[in-house]
Amino acid sequence: MPDCLTTQLPLRLVGGLTSGSIYALIALGYTLVYGVLQLINFAHSEVFMGGSLAGLLALEALTHHGAQTNAIFLFVALIPGMLAGGVVAIALERFAYRPLRRRGAARLSYLISAIGASLLLSNIVLLWRGRNFENFPATVAPVPILTLGNVQIYNRQIIIVVAMLIMTAGLDIFVRTSRAGKGIRAVAQDPETAGMMGVDINRVITVTFLLGGLLAGAAGVLYGMFFGVTRFDVGFIPGIKAFTAAVLGGIGNIRGALVGGLTLGVVENVGAGCCGNQWKDVIAFLVLVGVLMFRPTGLFGEGVGAKA
Amino acid sequence: MSILELQDVHVSYGNIEAVKGISLTVDEGEIVTLIGGNGAGKTTTLKTISGVRRAAPGTIVFDEERIDHMPSHEIVKRGVCQAPEGRRIFPRMSVRENLDMGAYSQKGTPPTEDYERVFTLFPVLRDRLSQAGGTLSGGEQQMLAIGRALMARPRLLLLDEPSMGLAPMFVEKIFSIIREINEQGTTILLVEQNAQMALQTASRGYVIESGEIVLEDRAAKLLTDERVKKAYLGEA
Amino acid sequence: MIRWPKVGLFTFAAAFVSLIVKIRGPKAGLTVALVLVAAALIPAAQRRFAPRVDRLYQKRWGFPASLGAFFFACALLPIWIDVVEEELAVQIGLFALLALGLNVVVGFAGLLDLGYVAFWAIGAYTMGIFSGAGPLQFAHLSMWQIFPIALAMALITGFLLGAPTLRLRGDYLAIVTLGFGEIVRIVAENLSKVTNGSQGIVNIPSASIPNSSSFWRGIVSAFVHFENAWIHSWNALTPGAGRGTLPVPSARSLEFGVNPIPYYLLLLAVIMIMVIVIRRLNNSRVGRAWSAIREDEVAAEAMGVPTLKYKLWAFSIGASTACISGVILAARIQSIEPGTFDLITSIVILSAVVLGGLGNISGALIGGTAVTFLPELLRSLPPRLQDARFGIFGAVLVLMMIYRPQGIAPSRRRAAELEGGAAETHGPIGAGLPEELAAGGAE
Repeated sequence: MPDCLTTQLPLRLVGGLTSGSIYALIALGYTLVYGVLQLINFAHSEVFMGGSLAGLLALEALTHHGAQTNAIFLFVALIPGMLAGGVVAIALERFAYRPLRRRGAARLSYLISAIGASLLLSNIVLLWRGRNFENFPATVAPVPILTLGNVQIYNRQIIIVVAMLIMTAGLDIFVRTSRAGKGIRAVAQDPETAGMMGVDINRVITVTFLLGGLLAGAAGVLYGMFFGVTRFDVGFIPGIKAFTAAVLGGIGNIRGALVGGLTLGVVENVGAGCCGNQWKDVIAFLVLVGVLMFRPTGLFGEGVGAKA
Repeated sequence: MSILELQDVHVSYGNIEAVKGISLTVDEGEIVTLIGGNGAGKTTTLKTISGVRRAAPGTIVFDEERIDHMPSHEIVKRGVCQAPEGRRIFPRMSVRENLDMGAYSQKGTPPTEDYERVFTLFPVLRDRLSQAGGTLSGGEQQMLAIGRALMARPRLLLLDEPSMGLAPMFVEKIFSIIREINEQGTTILLVEQNAQMALQTASRGYVIESGEIVLEDRAAKLLTDERVKKAYLGEA
Repeated sequence: MIRWPKVGLFTFAAAFVSLIVKIRGPKAGLTVALVLVAAALIPAAQRRFAPRVDRLYQKRWGFPASLGAFFFACALLPIWIDVVEEELAVQIGLFALLALGLNVVVGFAGLLDLGYVAFWAIGAYTMGIFSGAGPLQFAHLSMWQIFPIALAMALITGFLLGAPTLRLRGDYLAIVTLGFGEIVRIVAENLSKVTNGSQGIVNIPSASIPNSSSFWRGIVSAFVHFENAWIHSWNALTPGAGRGTLPVPSARSLEFGVNPIPYYLLLLAVIMIMVIVIRRLNNSRVGRAWSAIREDEVAAEAMGVPTLKYKLWAFSIGASTACISGVILAARIQSIEPGTFDLITSIVILSAVVLGGLGNISGALIGGTAVTFLPELLRSLPPRLQDARFGIFGAVLVLMMIYRPQGIAPSRRRAAELEGGAAETHGPIGAGLPEELAAGGAE
């Protein structure tokens, strides 16, 4: 047995669950939008980046006056981060997708428009903030608070996993019980009939993008807290991984995104332990190809509201 | 007085004109039926009234207000709701949630008497409340579709082929329920291929062929009309 | 109501022109403005002249003659341009070739490939490795010998990627190919024993014409003679015109080496061959299969079109074209590194195809030219702006999709589809959405 499956395994598992939680939060955005529009929002990675950047700016503004940062700042930073994510997501829908939807454009057009929007957004940030990694002001000092065997679990990791669980549960409840949530599910199942029942479809679509944006924004701030840096292209790799996670769990399915995110995080971390860290991304992509080939509807099947 | 008035409504899909200048009126409190064969433009007409297709050109007036440029949710808000062709139940929602969707345009939870009204008309739905819509039988789905539309408290109920795919016994039942709904004060525009039943239920009727109204009269008169007999009632 | 997006478009165009004026002077600004206006007018011109072009192409000699005339004119171009522009001409040739290949994949078969740059990389690395410049020195082949190897590599990798993934729905395919592009780059970065890792392969031998090949010698000397004759007559006929008298390039030999012109001519020749091949394919049953797949894959399958086979065809042709471009790139710049083959390059090539007009061969060539020129125009920007110049491609893609999905020079067959007239056949986003949301989306 290679030691990545024995002695290293617990460490890799914990690391995998942490990054998997971030993937899951982003994956929810892909899943929601896909459920409603059958559209892969390729520019979702920039929503994550926007959230991360807003969190950074908020923290910089707060620490500007010499305030000592602590864990509370993290929660304060989550608010602008989530808001920024929501705003970017809604703006994307409004400017890159809605004009195409009005025209009933071909599927290819949406993908190209999304890629363009993604490139434009990341370059605007590049222009504004430059190419260098920016340090995220430290909010939560890493303190090991749990020891399982030979692994120490840090407070940061617990914060990320717990935050993800709370937000996913919140989203699940929202989609299942609220009026807007019912609208989302109705549009996902049958948009025309939803319209005949009085659902304002444009509003539902906006709400869907907003929800995905809030979660991706939060993921951006948590990512910044954990990895300590952000910059214009920070969303690229997590974005693709999260998409993989969404597909893995069954795109369009909220619980699928959660399970898919965690699974992908664990698989790529354990795999990286076996093959070397530089192959981490390759492993994730191979997982994607494998899932699409052998089980294209994912572990849980497609469709918002199928289980929720 | 008329509650709904269509004037010279045209609807096209790309280059194909499906509805070519239809005019019709529905008076408050009556049942009007629109009969015609496959592809005559019946469903398109109803979808246009509901606002999911656009009249271009043409005017649609509901309760003295033009609705032909309103988005569908605004039209529902004004009291027009539809039980669409093929029932179109939300398959992964429970029966209760489907009913709630009918009441979507009224914010807040629907009052109990609205549910009760539906359950009185369709008692079987009460037993199926938590079952997923997709698991109901065809007849139950049709009842749910009508019940769902009633939850919107419509002043005008649009029914698109409620008898489609139902057993003959069920067809009778559905039509008697349609009459009952009408007697409770809801105006109904009924689209049907089953001309016999539709004309027996309605007070007036329009016959649509290839996107145009070719006949309009009192339902009783249409039932005896030679052309209608020949084309739609299967009589020589 | 103010049409905000339209306002945005004009603002964008105006800002772009004024930017060019600022960094490149008023003359360049005027040129760009004229080009933009011309691009805006192309569809009208196309409508006006389409019947005439059709009539021309119906004649037996119509297409070969116009193709020949076009490439002949392009081949003469080096006579007038200076060294910097020659470099640019090679660059344009490389990208035009890439756009030509990607157009088959995206434009004809409707498969969105976001990892297209991977095949360019495979071509370039094949050249780097088989020429003996890489760490593995098992072969020392010339560029000409490597062409067939690169083609084989393209077909193998194209098949390896395509066979499992081409069954996937369009948007899944896009992300899988994106992943493939990244995998190839990461592998090139990390497989140091073969690719020399992130430093890349340097000292790749440039192309050369084998001394023994009298055929090549013949072509080259014919060209030199022709060029000289042309310049002499030009100078005789137009004293003082244009750039003044043209220098007689006796020393400007057509040896490859570091001289860009032969690469440019080689690219022209390859492009011409590919244009002929692709055009023939597209007008054959393969092309009809492609458009059937693009418009409605399920229906195509039901009609007995072996969709996977034809998708693989498109994929392989695209891959081979990119590989050839990659080989020439490696021979030309003589050093390659993984960073060249990133996602942005894929997107730039995609922009070229979209800009030119999906599904249109001449559009792809126009697009390839445009995307090479665009960053060139912005070359003298301050570093940071320079860094973010690819944002322009992003804006171009979005605006094109909103206003001109059919591209600058639309393929008439595809224009209707992309504008949404045939939306229902594409499984459009929001099929079945109410009409104000999805106009044209019929039942």
